[in-house]
Amino acid sequence: MSWRREWRRARAIAWKDLRTERRSKAGFSSVTVLAVTILVLFGFALGPDASVGRDAAPGVIWLAVLFAGVLAFNRCYQIELDGGSLEQLILYPGTRRAIFAGKLLANFVFVALMLLVVVFAGIVLFQVRIPSSWPALVGILAAGTIGLVTLGTFYAAMASRSRAREVLLPLLLFPMLVPVLLAAMEATKALLGGNVMGDAGAWTRLLVAFDVIFLVATFLAFEFVIEV
Amino acid sequence: MTAIGTNDLAIDAENVARRFETTWVLRGVDLRLSAGEVVGLLGANGTGKSTLLRIVATLLRPHAGSVRVFGHDVVRASGDVRSLVGYLAHAPGVYGDLTARENLAFAASMLDRDHAEVDATLERVGLLDVADQTVRVFSSGMQRRLAIGRLLLIRPRLLLLDEPYSNLDTEGVALVNSVIAERVDAGAAALAVVHELAPAASVLDRTLTLADGRLGVTERVDEKTVISLVANDR
Amino acid sequence: MTTGAVASVVPKSHASRWPVFGWFAFLFLIASQITAIAISPPDRDMGDLQKIMYVHVPAAWMTMLSPLAVLYFGLRYLWTRREEDDLLAASSAEVATTFAGLTLALGMIWARPTWGVWWTWDARLTSMLVLFLMLAGYLALRALIDERERRAQWSAVVGVLGALNVPIVYMSVRWWRTIHQIQSSPETVDRAYVVGLRLNAFAMLFVMIYFVRRRYEAALLERMAERAIERAALGQGAAR
Repeated sequence: MSWRREWRRARAIAWKDLRTERRSKAGFSSVTVLAVTILVLFGFALGPDASVGRDAAPGVIWLAVLFAGVLAFNRCYQIELDGGSLEQLILYPGTRRAIFAGKLLANFVFVALMLLVVVFAGIVLFQVRIPSSWPALVGILAAGTIGLVTLGTFYAAMASRSRAREVLLPLLLFPMLVPVLLAAMEATKALLGGNVMGDAGAWTRLLVAFDVIFLVATFLAFEFVIEV
Repeated sequence: MTAIGTNDLAIDAENVARRFETTWVLRGVDLRLSAGEVVGLLGANGTGKSTLLRIVATLLRPHAGSVRVFGHDVVRASGDVRSLVGYLAHAPGVYGDLTARENLAFAASMLDRDHAEVDATLERVGLLDVADQTVRVFSSGMQRRLAIGRLLLIRPRLLLLDEPYSNLDTEGVALVNSVIAERVDAGAAALAVVHELAPAASVLDRTLTLADGRLGVTERVDEKTVISLVANDR
Repeated sequence: MTTGAVASVVPKSHASRWPVFGWFAFLFLIASQITAIAISPPDRDMGDLQKIMYVHVPAAWMTMLSPLAVLYFGLRYLWTRREEDDLLAASSAEVATTFAGLTLALGMIWARPTWGVWWTWDARLTSMLVLFLMLAGYLALRALIDERERRAQWSAVVGVLGALNVPIVYMSVRWWRTIHQIQSSPETVDRAYVVGLRLNAFAMLFVMIYFVRRRYEAALLERMAERAIERAALGQGAAR
């Protein structure tokens, strides 16, 4: 098995998915607008008190991205299922991992861009002060996105082909993402608060460990999920 | 290149059975297909023709029996089998939001084919003029042509065709037959599920009928026998 | 060759052992409960309410162990493709869900008189809640898939990934709580209670094993009935 060829296949799949997303009507912009709407609704729930909003902002931002993101995860398989393309995709030479890698890449780009928009919206709506350590913040956002997208892409491979897919994906995914969400939210909160206790480092390590463990696990397990 | 024994049959299926919940769709199918043969598979709707095709294509596992494609078992050596077969499903399996050219370019990337082949293939299937239109606006016949283009890029040694002539005009039918003939000349075999013999008559060597989960009656097509379709009440 | 052959009969050689084991497990549980309640003094703060711990804590421990069973049988299924392994994994998960629910309920019943609230986001109870939700998701997945092979394979994968995540969830929830410390929950257990807890932990383990076995037998019987129907439909005498 040639790694270069596998990488080329993964890249071809990622390009295909991203290009499809860009051309389809109900694509990136709709999902991102939805995420911002969710942010606004949280704002209503929390009330107009700025200090309450500022404390809750990291958590709320991640939740908004999560809720909107599940739509993206199911969609990346829907485009295969609609035209009967999934079978053809499986029949191409090469490993299933290339398929997973390609979809993972595409979803990462999608969710990362959405997260950026939501973060900016959150900074504005909840009056969050941008810390001087913002590069570290970008690192945490990236690590959190990887965790989110890895499990999301994986579980969607099953949920999108079941009944009640809209509920099955969140049902399976959300409990699994508890460590990611806690780590991302707490690390973000710590950084925004100046990281007095040095908590951000510990949470980031947990996040990275989670990402590594589950990237490996999902890559190994994907074949069992897509073949049957 | 995946190894092919000189004496290997294109398809060697023995006692293949497959169930759907508690109903058996296939109940012990025996089938032998040699390289260079083109066989038509007939049967009423719902008799398991597509299921049989998909088992040979490694998309489904048989619940009993075994299938070998050029000597490779479809369950144990599915990777090898996949590099040998080309499956034309009833659904075209193309991406509506991409153009015809992008669809074939994607296939070429996945198959490790030279991208220069894409335009040649588009021309062969008669889609070069509309190559840059998104497939969503294509008719079902045009989508089928695009799928045939992908089949050409695959260059399979075993063609598995599920109702390849449906939605095609005379030119389309001629295209399918020329593709089959071309591949057969290169040593391939073909198994095609068809509903009527007329379009396929010029390429078929023989036909088999699937009824009640079993393969019956092998008819030589050049005897011009009329085959009655066995109705299978469900 | 056929995939997923099932034993055509529930192993006769074990059939007589299990009911005996069942009796033993329950009697042992009753004995352990009585022993623990009798030998332990009333808690300084909680009084006799503390006795609920002898069910709650062992149940919690056993529930935390159950993902190991789901992990083991899940991996075994992916390796062997034998239906028995899938049914064992599913039975373990079902029993674990019941135990998780029991743990949570008892935890809340204990919390109310102690702290005046039903829920305090205590680290262990919260982890238990997340585990409960993961198990519920696992069962939902199984309920929504009709094809046997797909259901078994997907459940195995979901079970393995979930089991891997259990310690990570526990760690992250605990860190989260130490950061947002509001009230301390009793972390250490007084030595006087350890004997009672350990005794009951074993009793719970036996009961749980018995439940899983019975659930598994029921699933096996269902499967045998299905196979009988399939064989009849195929119209061939011998089992495949």
